[in-house]
Amino acid sequence: METVIILHILLVFMIIGSIITVEIKNMLSAVIAMGAVGFVLSVAFLFLGAPDIAITQIIVEILSLIILIRATINVDNVAIEKKEEIIFSNRTTLIFIGVILVFAWYAFHSLPPFGDPSMRVSQFYLTHGLREVGATNFVTSVILDFRAYDTFGEAMVLFTSISGAFAILRRWKKEQHKDFLRIDREH
Amino acid sequence: MKMDKHTGMTLIVKMITRVTVGFMLVFGGYIVLFGHITPGGGFPGGVMIALAYILITLAYGREFVEHKVSGVTASIVDDLGALLFWTMGIIGLYVGGRYFFNFLGKGEPFNLFSAGTIIINNIAITLKVGMSLYAIFLALAILQRVVTEEEPKEDEK
Repeated sequence: METVIILHILLVFMIIGSIITVEIKNMLSAVIAMGAVGFVLSVAFLFLGAPDIAITQIIVEILSLIILIRATINVDNVAIEKKEEIIFSNRTTLIFIGVILVFAWYAFHSLPPFGDPSMRVSQFYLTHGLREVGATNFVTSVILDFRAYDTFGEAMVLFTSISGAFAILRRWKKEQHKDFLRIDREH
Repeated sequence: MKMDKHTGMTLIVKMITRVTVGFMLVFGGYIVLFGHITPGGGFPGGVMIALAYILITLAYGREFVEHKVSGVTASIVDDLGALLFWTMGIIGLYVGGRYFFNFLGKGEPFNLFSAGTIIINNIAITLKVGMSLYAIFLALAILQRVVTEEEPKEDEK
């Protein structure tokens, strides 16, 4: 019961941080508020008893903070806003939030209650994991042995997205910064 | 080792970077290699190793790092990691009949070499994730440098 209360406090903090991220004018402050949301999320994972995901979340949050600060520190963010567009986007957002809430009301009723999951699949991993895989960290034994195919697909998603991003950014380099590719061969 | 005093950040940042980068790399390697015993694994370890390289890039400037690990090298290592991961799946398919079959010995629990192919898969994911994120950071940093350098040239004309 105490875990649920702590989780609610953390969730309220995360909602406040997200609203600050969207509403604040200064870009650097928005990035830092988003980082606060990510760090609180990692604390929430710790309270839920998932240290693997907490480690991953805190490390990835640091990396994304560095990249975002590096990308936004010199950018002038002059937002050009027209009043009609704001009214249209607000109406669209409210309609879609309403639709999602209506469907979520029916969808969440069919889920098992919080903290009382059906242990059919996870009990199999807990009882057979150590004997069949030999890894004492059951999360790793699930994601790299029982469900390694899913992890492979996840790695391929990362591979594809990063190759795409790298290709788009590389076109810039070939046109304007040609010596980037030659540095390897000269030295 | 070419050390240009005028690139990168101040001397304080460079000294602290020189001390801390070793610890970051060792801890990243520990998280990867003991991923099947303690919490961790390939993904956080790879991001931690990428963060060590990013710290060197930020402190010493881009030119210092590109002589060690350039964007092309990082991209090639990234591809090799993905290829190693896929190769483990294919070997498992031919040895055991199932994709990603754990064909190595199980070993004693709580030992370093205990869980068969999991440790190799972790290393493959580490190479893939770490080097790809580092390459993305290099690309973004170079893009920003191009934009900031071109503006004074246009003013001169």
